[in-house]
This record gives sequence, C-alpha cells and structure tokens, in this order.
Amino acid sequence: MSGGHGASAVRETLRRIGLATFVSALLGFFSLPLLWLAFAPFDAGPELTASLPEFTLRNFEVLLDNPYALASLRNSVLLAAGTAALVVASAALAAYALSRVRVPGRDALLYALLLLSSIITGTAAMVPVFLLAFNLNLIDSRLGVILVLTGGLLPTAIFILKDFTDATPPSYEEAARVFGASPFQVLRHVVAPVIRPGLATVTVWTVAQVWGDFLMPFLLLRNPDKAPASVIMYTFYTEGGQPNLALISTFSLLYSLPVVAMYLFVSRRYGFRFHGGIKR
Amino acid sequence: MAGITLRGLTKDYPGGVRALDALALEIADGEFFALLGPSGCGKTTLLRTIAGLETATRGSVHIGDADVTRLPPGRRDVGMVFQDYALFPHMTVTDNIAYPLRIKKRGRAERHEAAAGVASSLGLDGLLRRRPGELSGGQQQRVALARAMAARPRVFLLDEPLSNLDARLRLEARTFLKRLQRELGVTTVFVTHDQAEALAMADRMAVMEAGRVRQVGTPAEVFRRPASLFVASFIGSTPMNLLPGRVRGEHVVLGEETVLPLPEGTRGTLADGDEVVYGIRPEYLDFLQDTTGAGKGTFTGRVAVVENLGSSSLVTLEAAGGLVHVVVGEGREPAAGDRGRARPRAGRALLFRNGGLVNGGGDAMTESAAMGERPG
Repeated sequence: MSGGHGASAVRETLRRIGLATFVSALLGFFSLPLLWLAFAPFDAGPELTASLPEFTLRNFEVLLDNPYALASLRNSVLLAAGTAALVVASAALAAYALSRVRVPGRDALLYALLLLSSIITGTAAMVPVFLLAFNLNLIDSRLGVILVLTGGLLPTAIFILKDFTDATPPSYEEAARVFGASPFQVLRHVVAPVIRPGLATVTVWTVAQVWGDFLMPFLLLRNPDKAPASVIMYTFYTEGGQPNLALISTFSLLYSLPVVAMYLFVSRRYGFRFHGGIKR
Repeated sequence: MAGITLRGLTKDYPGGVRALDALALEIADGEFFALLGPSGCGKTTLLRTIAGLETATRGSVHIGDADVTRLPPGRRDVGMVFQDYALFPHMTVTDNIAYPLRIKKRGRAERHEAAAGVASSLGLDGLLRRRPGELSGGQQQRVALARAMAARPRVFLLDEPLSNLDARLRLEARTFLKRLQRELGVTTVFVTHDQAEALAMADRMAVMEAGRVRQVGTPAEVFRRPASLFVASFIGSTPMNLLPGRVRGEHVVLGEETVLPLPEGTRGTLADGDEVVYGIRPEYLDFLQDTTGAGKGTFTGRVAVVENLGSSSLVTLEAAGGLVHVVVGEGREPAAGDRGRARPRAGRALLFRNGGLVNGGGDAMTESAAMGERPG
C-alpha cells in the first residue's frame, strides 16, 4: 500500500516538473523576442540574440541619420488615423442602420461581407486591387491605401459595432425624439455615447491592423517618401546586403511603442466599462 | 394645457396587422386618462401614435386646436415617460432632466436651474450628480417624470408607468402620480394592463380590445356598468360571475334550479326564451348559511373552496347554474363542504345579450354613462 502511495507521489512530482518545464519553454519562446526588443536597441553591437547590452544610444543616431525612418512613422500615423476615422464613422452609421431597419437578407449580407472582406486586403486580390487603383488613378496615393484598407476592415467593424447598437434600447432614441432631437442629435447625444466602448474597441483594432499591414502600402505606394514604417523596415540593409541590426532594432522599438501607448491610453480613458445597471 | 381628440384613427402594420381600428376618443383638458386593455389590444400603439412615434394610417390626432397628425414627435409639445424609463445612462440626473431644454437650446445655467427646480419638486435633491444606474427603480421613475416635465409640455404620456416597480412601491407611486397630476393639472394619458391601476388613478378610462375602444367612462361607471361581456370580465380584481341562462317571464333561469328575478331596467326589452348572460360581482352577493327556500332568487349549493383574501374570503359555491364566487366578510366564512345560499343585492345584477349590456343595473350611474361602441 505504502509503495503504491510512494509511486503516485513520484508521478505527481514528475508531472509538476514536466509542466514547469513546458511553461518555461513556452514563456522563453515568447519573451526572447521581447527581451531582444528591449535590449538590442541599446547594444553597441546588436546581434540576433538577446543579451545584456553594452549600453549606448549610438544606434538612435543611426536611426535619425536615415532619411526615411522618421518620415515613415509619420506616414504610418497618417494611414492609421485616416483609416480609423473612415472605418469608425462608416461602420457606426452602417451598424446603426442595420440594427434599426429590417432589411430582408440582412444577416446573410453581413456574413457574406465578413467572409469576403478577408479576400479584399489579402494576397488573392492583389492583382485586381492594383488594377482597380491604377484605373482610378489612386496608385501612389495615401487615399488609395486608406480606401482599400477601409474596405477590407469595414465588414468586421460593422459586425462588432452592430452588437453594441443592437444592445441599445430603441426607447433611448425615442425619448430623445419626443423631446425634439433631430436624427443627427439623437446619434450624437444618445447613440454614440452609449456605444462608446464599441467605438473605442473598433478604433484600437483598426489602428493596430493598419499599423501592421505590409501588403497594401507595399503594393500601392511607389514613392518611398510615402511608405509607412512597415514597408520602410524592409529596406534596412547594409551595403553588403546584411540586415542593419542597429537600425532595425531601434526602429522596431519606436515602431511598437505607439501601439502599446494607444492600448494603455484607451483602456484607461474608455476602459471597457458598462453604463447603467452596474455601479462604477 | 390642451385636450386630445382622436378621429377615425387606424394603424395598419405591414404584414396585415391592424393595431388600431377606426378609433375615436375625446380626452378633456386636464384629465387623468387611462388606456386599459390586455396585451396586444393596441393601447401602447395608441399612446405612441399620440406621441408621434407611430404614424397613423388613417384618421387624425388633435392636441388642443392643432392637428398634429403629421407632425414629428418633437413638435407636438408632449412629454413622455417610457416603460423602461429610457434614461440616458451616460448622463447625470441633471443632464437627463435638462435634456429637453438642451434641445431647445437654452443656456447651461438656465437648464441646470430648471432641472434642479423640477428635481426638487419630485424629491430628487441630492441625487443630481448620480447616473441612472446608481438609482433605485422608484428614483429612476421620478427622474423620467422630471425629464418629461422639464419642458412644460401640454400633454403627458405615460407608458405602463408602474409596471417596473415592485408591488409595495407601486402603491406608493400610484398615490404620488395621482397627486402630482392633480397639482400640475396637465392632461395626462397613461397606458396600463392592470385594471386596479386604472380604476385607482384615472379620472376617466377607455377599455380597449383588438384595436377598438370597448367602453369609455369614469372608473365607477366602467366598474358598475360594463358595456360588454369583455369589459365585465376584464374589470374587477375578483372576476365577475357570468352565467348563461334563458329568459322566462319575469325571471332568468340558470341551469335547472336557479331562478332569479330579471334585474331592474330590463323588462320590456327582452322576449321569452332569449339567451342571456347573468352577471353579478362577487362583492355584490350576500352569503346566507341557511338553505330554506333554496333556488328562489338565490344561488344555492355546496361550498367547494374558501380562499382567504385578508379582510374577507372568496367562497366558491357549486350552484345549479355553474360555479359562483362570493366575497364573504371576516368572521362569517363557511367551511368547505357546507351548504349555503348567495343572494344578489338589489340593483347590482347585470344582464348581457349577444355580448352587450341590456340593463343599467338600476343604480344611480345611469345619467352620464358615456357608452363606447358595442360589439356585434
């Protein structure tokens, strides 16, 4: 009996050791790139390994010397902000309309759009999107990139926001109407504030999507002065064809900071709270 | 201040549902008016049509002298309280109450002063900075009322104003609403499915069924002289006894043995052999323990069930014409299984033929009974 008990205790210990090893390996796998991102920019001789840096800020000088690096970050901001504004405004109006007006086949339409949207900005539609932009004179135009990205993100954004508009009781809007509010005032005073957490979610999501997108700006923008950070990073090689790690590491850090900052800001400012019913 | 006049009001929904059917109604200036009916009778549609949230298919809505049938809700000068109160969750109590004034583009200071004034008259001081989610049901209701009052509309519309409150609070709110309406003197229409609520609060009421008004009158009129079988069965917290029978000479015969004299005011309008329904409220039956002279002018039978109502009891009697409910005062309740008699009080019995009322019940209510259209 006691022998069996001892065996099960050993098995339990082995199980714990196994689990701990697995979790450590997994953690290491995900934390190493982050450690690299934290250390390499400040390392005098950055390599593709994470190691405690020989501290220096010289890498940032290299970054500032590069003619495209900072401009590309500004381009990314322009693309992300433009797309986010367009997506949030159109998706909010569309979601509101779709949840208030009964159209036959509404849900089928929404699901079809959702399915097709991944194609629009995907590799499969590369050629048609290029031809379309070419014929519309939208090649090498930021507006063109914003419109294509908006088209690709809109269905999902509508889908997310429709959940929020569906959950808003129509009596809120009716109350505002009885007191004389115009449709635009109803939207601005009542609907938009009530679905604000949804708007914040969609904004953050859109910005993150555009920030990381490579294919569309790569395809549609010719002039490197207009290229966003995701595309410019691709050009950071030394004359010898080796990746310029000093440049890449510092740029990566600058490239990821705005997204992290945005998450922190939005979750503090709008913090996905609920209005009414639940006390805060 | 203004009355409301509805003429030939019809509302058809797509799909062939007729919510309102050529409805006509006159609501006087300053009146506290109830729209009562079972769910699906069109009472809420009617209220929303007065508010302008629904557009009438045919007919007209007048508020005061103005024809508002085609006006949008915001230009009808009405204040409305919704069933779920529809308070804006992201605004404070002050901002909620002041919202109608914000739409009217009044200055911030004026808005806040007006909101504070209205709030204080409804006992909401100290809650002004809260949000609706932090208020109790009763407080939310008063904020919704305050918001409706803030712009001083000519008409108040209340959609099931008490249904979201718990039972004890509901009684309090009933008294509160009635007193508030009296003080303000503004024409008020409220919708309810609870007949007790309508009887308790309204100056006059309309009983609705299937998109039509079945009867209009004061609560007393509707209670004592229901114009039809539908109204008779709908009004009253203990349902009226309605027993089918046949006219024979000066009497109504219900079943084998129960023979009752014809109620006052029905002679001459009935022929021998007419099929009628005899109606008597449980409150208007006197219970007698002795069974001498069984069948003559009384319901006689065995007591099947005795239900305690607090200060009285509801006794179910297995009479010859069917089951009869009798309200018996405290201390005089029989036991189940006893035999007994129930005698209609003079002037309280009603007789219905083809679903409509034949007599006036003989009491003093005959003079001003504004009868609605009768079915059939």
